[in-house]
Amino acid sequence: MKIIGSVFLIMLLASFSAAAAEYRIDDRGAHASINFKIKHLGYSWLTGRFNTFSGTFNYDAENPNAASIKVDIDVTSIDSNHAERDKHLRGSDFLNVDKFPKANFNSTKITDKGNGKIEVVGELTLHGVTKSITIDAEKIGEGKDPWGGYRAGFAGETKIRLKDFGMQERLGPASTEVYLDLHVEGIRK
Amino acid sequence: MLKNSPKKYGLVAKFLHWLTAITVIALFAVGLWMVDLDYYDAWYTKAPYYHKSVGILLGLLMVLRMLWRISNTTPVPPKNHQLWEIQSARLAHGLFYLLIFLMIISGYLISTADNRSIDVMGWFEIPSLGSLIDNQEDTAGLIHEWLAYVLIGLASIHGIAALKHHFYDKDETLKRMI
Repeated sequence: MKIIGSVFLIMLLASFSAAAAEYRIDDRGAHASINFKIKHLGYSWLTGRFNTFSGTFNYDAENPNAASIKVDIDVTSIDSNHAERDKHLRGSDFLNVDKFPKANFNSTKITDKGNGKIEVVGELTLHGVTKSITIDAEKIGEGKDPWGGYRAGFAGETKIRLKDFGMQERLGPASTEVYLDLHVEGIRK
Repeated sequence: MLKNSPKKYGLVAKFLHWLTAITVIALFAVGLWMVDLDYYDAWYTKAPYYHKSVGILLGLLMVLRMLWRISNTTPVPPKNHQLWEIQSARLAHGLFYLLIFLMIISGYLISTADNRSIDVMGWFEIPSLGSLIDNQEDTAGLIHEWLAYVLIGLASIHGIAALKHHFYDKDETLKRMI
């Protein structure tokens, strides 16, 4: 009985620590996306996304300020649904992916703002430049999935200036900032 | 006059030759120029449009040219040409056909990598075969760029060789094509 009791205790402890556990962003099931938009001539939004990325985050609803997230992005996977434009965006006029094929984001400070709002401060490395950015995020939900896993998901928005990341602003005065629209769903490890 | 004779190229072959030459050089110049246009330049969208249209039309011209070539006698090389000259000229002419077709195919693969067709002067459209390889537009783009330099390099050698025959050897080589 003693052995069974301690096994039970270990399992209980394990499930507690799992509550604060690491989540793997579900890029395989594509329940996550890194979308961007930039104004076209000031007349409309041009949208696109990065198709290939991976990442992990730590999150515990009991202690949201201890959360963290890191994401690695394959910049060559940029997709604006137009091959000629994607080729141009990958070239030296913009992302220069031959030289800078990877981008990444590592959170440095996550603050729970209440009402499901979360402020994520972190370092974004893009085009060889590392800068601190702030993502206004919100928790969408968490819970068991129907297939035996446990998931938590968030959405976030931020904007970056092309110039801040060493890219020339060639697209006109209305198109100097890129808005990032982020969606992550993680599967608890 | 229209057809080739064993001694001379006919008018059709001359016309096809010089039209190809002008078109290839123009496509190269426009291609180099258009990729560095400012986003707000009036030619930013027009230049690639005409570059693609003319490229496809060049492909049709090249098909006609090949048909004309095989259905016609090819003039024999002038008597004073050495064997190595004859062989290297043959190789260069074969390479021209190969390079021009590869240029058109690689260009086609850039523009059609996302299933979009190529509109030719608003007259007709060349449909896409879809995306055949990953990041097709980038790979095809690199091939298109490098082959363009090879093609223009070969054309320069071709032109210099013709001038050498005309002014240095003082033979019939260039005159047969004019």
